[in-house]
Amino acid sequence: MAHVSVRKVDIAFGTVSVLDQLDLDVQPGEFVVLLGPSGCGKSTLLNAIAGLLDVNRGQIWIGGRNVTWAEPKDRGIAMVFQTYALYPQMTVRENMAFGLKIAGLPRLEIENRVREAAAILQLKPLMTRKPAELSGGQRQRVAIGRALVREASVFLFDEPLSNLDAQLRNELRVEIKRLHQRLGATMIYVTHDQIEALTLADRIAVMKDRRIQQFSTPEKLYQQPANRFVAGFVGSPAMNFQAGVMERADGGMRFRSGAFELPVDVMAHTGTEVELGMRPEHILVGESEGQDEGGMPATVEMVEPMGAETLVWTSVAGLPFSVRVDQRRRLSVGQKVSLRFPSQEIHLFDRETGARL
Amino acid sequence: MTARQMVPDGPRPTAFGPARLGIYGFLVVSAVFFLMPLYVMIVTSLKPMEEIRHGALFAWPANPTLAPWIEAWSSACTGLKCEGLKVGFANSVFITVPSAVLAITIGMVNGYALSLWRLRWSSLLFGALLMGAFIPYQVLFFPLVRMLAAIGFFGNLAGIVTVQVIFSLPVMTLLFRNYYASLPYDLFKAARVDGAGFWRTWRSVMLPLSGPMIVVALILKVTNTWNDYVLGLVFAGHRYLPMTVELNNIVNTTHGEREYNMEMAATLLTALVPLAIYFVSGRWFVRGIAAGAVKG
Ligand SMILES: Nc1ncnc2c1ncn2[C@@H]1O[C@H](COP(=O)(O)OP(=O)(O)OP(=O)(O)O)[C@@H](O)[C@H]1O
Ligand SMILES: [Mg+2]
Repeated sequence: MAHVSVRKVDIAFGTVSVLDQLDLDVQPGEFVVLLGPSGCGKSTLLNAIAGLLDVNRGQIWIGGRNVTWAEPKDRGIAMVFQTYALYPQMTVRENMAFGLKIAGLPRLEIENRVREAAAILQLKPLMTRKPAELSGGQRQRVAIGRALVREASVFLFDEPLSNLDAQLRNELRVEIKRLHQRLGATMIYVTHDQIEALTLADRIAVMKDRRIQQFSTPEKLYQQPANRFVAGFVGSPAMNFQAGVMERADGGMRFRSGAFELPVDVMAHTGTEVELGMRPEHILVGESEGQDEGGMPATVEMVEPMGAETLVWTSVAGLPFSVRVDQRRRLSVGQKVSLRFPSQEIHLFDRETGARL
Repeated sequence: MTARQMVPDGPRPTAFGPARLGIYGFLVVSAVFFLMPLYVMIVTSLKPMEEIRHGALFAWPANPTLAPWIEAWSSACTGLKCEGLKVGFANSVFITVPSAVLAITIGMVNGYALSLWRLRWSSLLFGALLMGAFIPYQVLFFPLVRMLAAIGFFGNLAGIVTVQVIFSLPVMTLLFRNYYASLPYDLFKAARVDGAGFWRTWRSVMLPLSGPMIVVALILKVTNTWNDYVLGLVFAGHRYLPMTVELNNIVNTTHGEREYNMEMAATLLTALVPLAIYFVSGRWFVRGIAAGAVKG
């Protein structure tokens, strides 16, 4: 269990800056997920924490020690790679024991640790096999086992599950979660899978454009996205966005885009160009036009069944909105409905800066 | 005949049409074309001289004899001495074995360092090394002779081995650099996290994966060194002249009648080592090249 702190770190490849003045503070025993689109620098940050990549500026602290110049093996970390990175010509047992052998641990100690990790990960029957003779899920388990035996205080995972099929992914996800509860170690986990992020994380750091956009709990991320990017990136199906302007009307504020008007609680200057954000699951669908007080008339344009729910594409005053409804709700194309936008679920973002209003 | 309806089912029938016939015909003709000289050499080397004088080049030997082979190996004259090719053979082995081992080992470590340890000047260094591969080596002879002579490495075994290693380093390095660069980089990172340093990572992780490339390098280096003539002639000194140079001496030293049978036998003996290597490891060679091209 150790505190991990990344302080004002810059990393560039040649002239291309990848991380810029990045700060990240991970509490001891915390499970933090780095989430972000491809190429935003998640692996780069993880490699920097591991010591596999030098930083151009800034410091990295692990467990109260400045490890900016320390070798990976001296940082008290263990790492699991997306490509498994098992040594092909070593057996499962040798793979797991390799690091311990180099560290010069006594044979008995090595055997004990390997046996224990194998028991936790159910690798016992596979110990004498080579990686080529294992399935993808088994390989990833061995890779986790190899990290486990190091008894590190910080575990780093770089998209460990992205090469696996959906079912194995679910299984191993649960296994990793259980492992975290059992070990209590600090874990930093890279993914671009939202489900993984939301289910595993104590806190999620959403990255984009060389920076961390928001670092908070999954609930906060979902309920109060700090900016337009986070709002669009987190949540599935994605949030609806409509560009418009703020207006003052009968003592309150109003969002307007063409014929579409909506009273909002947010205070802003009249004429501010904003973007309205509304999650599909927060829009309420009334029976039909007129009957529903305060509803806006809408037309159903497309229906996408998604299992437990149905995504309904509607048009309100010429603007498209997707709405999530229970699959038992039977709606057909062309049908007139009324939509309500609860004001506590409305998000507004400055169109220029993208910041939440 | 009743036309039976063919339902496509199971393996597709192979048609032996005129196109295929043409291909096989072409292959057979090419094979004969390339094998004919070899055939002539072999039958000539097995004939006594009287038979050769009759001039029937393609005829099968009427009284096959191994005497020319024995003479070529142990008593043919190379200039003043008459000890056959066996001395040259031994010299070639003395030259080839250490230079292959050294060149491959150094090339491997070079390639490993240049591909995985992204050192500051590594690409510049590699560029310089590659340039070395394109400099015609005749240009370097004179300075090299002077340099080696100054440190006592000229005209002896150490000299020729040094030269052989130096000249093959660019190719060996290139070969292994590209091979190691094609391996997943995560493997190298995993070893570093496990605490393995430069040599440990090479010995425990990279070397065991290098098998296919070692075979390729071995074939290239051994045939290259064995077939070398000029370097051996210039740098080896009288005591360690390689087999190729001795062969030339045999063929060019004639006392009276030209002994075609013995000369053919000597040539075949000299070619035997590269031939044997191709036969034994041809399959591995292809596999090694494929392993380098395709990942993993
Ligand atoms: N060795 C390198 N040399 C030059 N540029 C690099 C190098 N490694 C990464 N980059 C660049 O740095 C940026 C961040 O890369 P990184 O691998 O950290 O992305 P990532 O967030 O892990 O993406 P993914 O989700 O696809 O794995 C990318 O734009 C990439 O092109
Ligand atoms: Mg990545």
